[in-house]
Amino acid sequence: MESVGSIILYVIVALAMIVFSVLAVTTRKILRAATYLLFTLFAAAVVYFMLDYEFLGAVQIAVYAGGIVVLFVFSILLTSKPGDNSERLTSKSRFLGLVAAVGTLAVAGYALVSRCAMFAKLPAMDAPTMDAIGTTMMGTGEGQYLLPFEAVSVLLLACIIGGVVVARKR
Amino acid sequence: MEISAIYYLVPALIMFCCGVYGFITRKNMIAMLISLELMLNAVDMNFVIFNRYLYPDAMEGMFFTLFAIAIAAAETALAIAIIINIFRAAKNIDVRSLNEMKF
Repeated sequence: MESVGSIILYVIVALAMIVFSVLAVTTRKILRAATYLLFTLFAAAVVYFMLDYEFLGAVQIAVYAGGIVVLFVFSILLTSKPGDNSERLTSKSRFLGLVAAVGTLAVAGYALVSRCAMFAKLPAMDAPTMDAIGTTMMGTGEGQYLLPFEAVSVLLLACIIGGVVVARKR
Repeated sequence: MEISAIYYLVPALIMFCCGVYGFITRKNMIAMLISLELMLNAVDMNFVIFNRYLYPDAMEGMFFTLFAIAIAAAETALAIAIIINIFRAAKNIDVRSLNEMKF
């Protein structure tokens, strides 16, 4: 049995996630879409905190909310005038989008509710300590992630060089 | 009320469907990228939720999400560099008007 506070927090977070993600794809001002995306990402971070993954929630806030959304805002201000509205959707493209979205919702929703494992209770877990996270990330044994960690570092280096080469003035 | 896994999975699923809808209907490249981020984030949440509810002793889902966040950041930075380059060349980023390279 959950406490009343956590249920209230859950309702707020779930509503925020649904409302802001719908608004992010339906608003006609692109800067507002980026702001709604920020709120959605914050709601996801709160979900990580509620599920006891504190480190992951902190990473989500630092990387997504602190890095990616700022990038979005900068590029929006560089590429469009503030106050611009996007064009109204044609009914054909809206119909196609709704068909794809509702189809995905129906198939995946049916798959979710038809599995009884989805109604499992929250099992007890000690929140992973920084010690455990660091050992798992830097270890070379089974179920440890040194190789992907190094691969990501090379990927980020390639991304930096690629970003400079692509966006530089000729 | 017991908050079971499905209570977290359904908002994530709705977030993913919003991403699909936005990716199909939006014509601005940055708006399409925002929809893509919504989809990526919903998938990340699914990894974490399944990890927490079904295998609380393992940390695989959490690490997949960590690496997915890092790769999503790299991908977004590069995509925005490409979009700004396109804007410099074509003066707009509407996908309908970017058909110069098509034959």
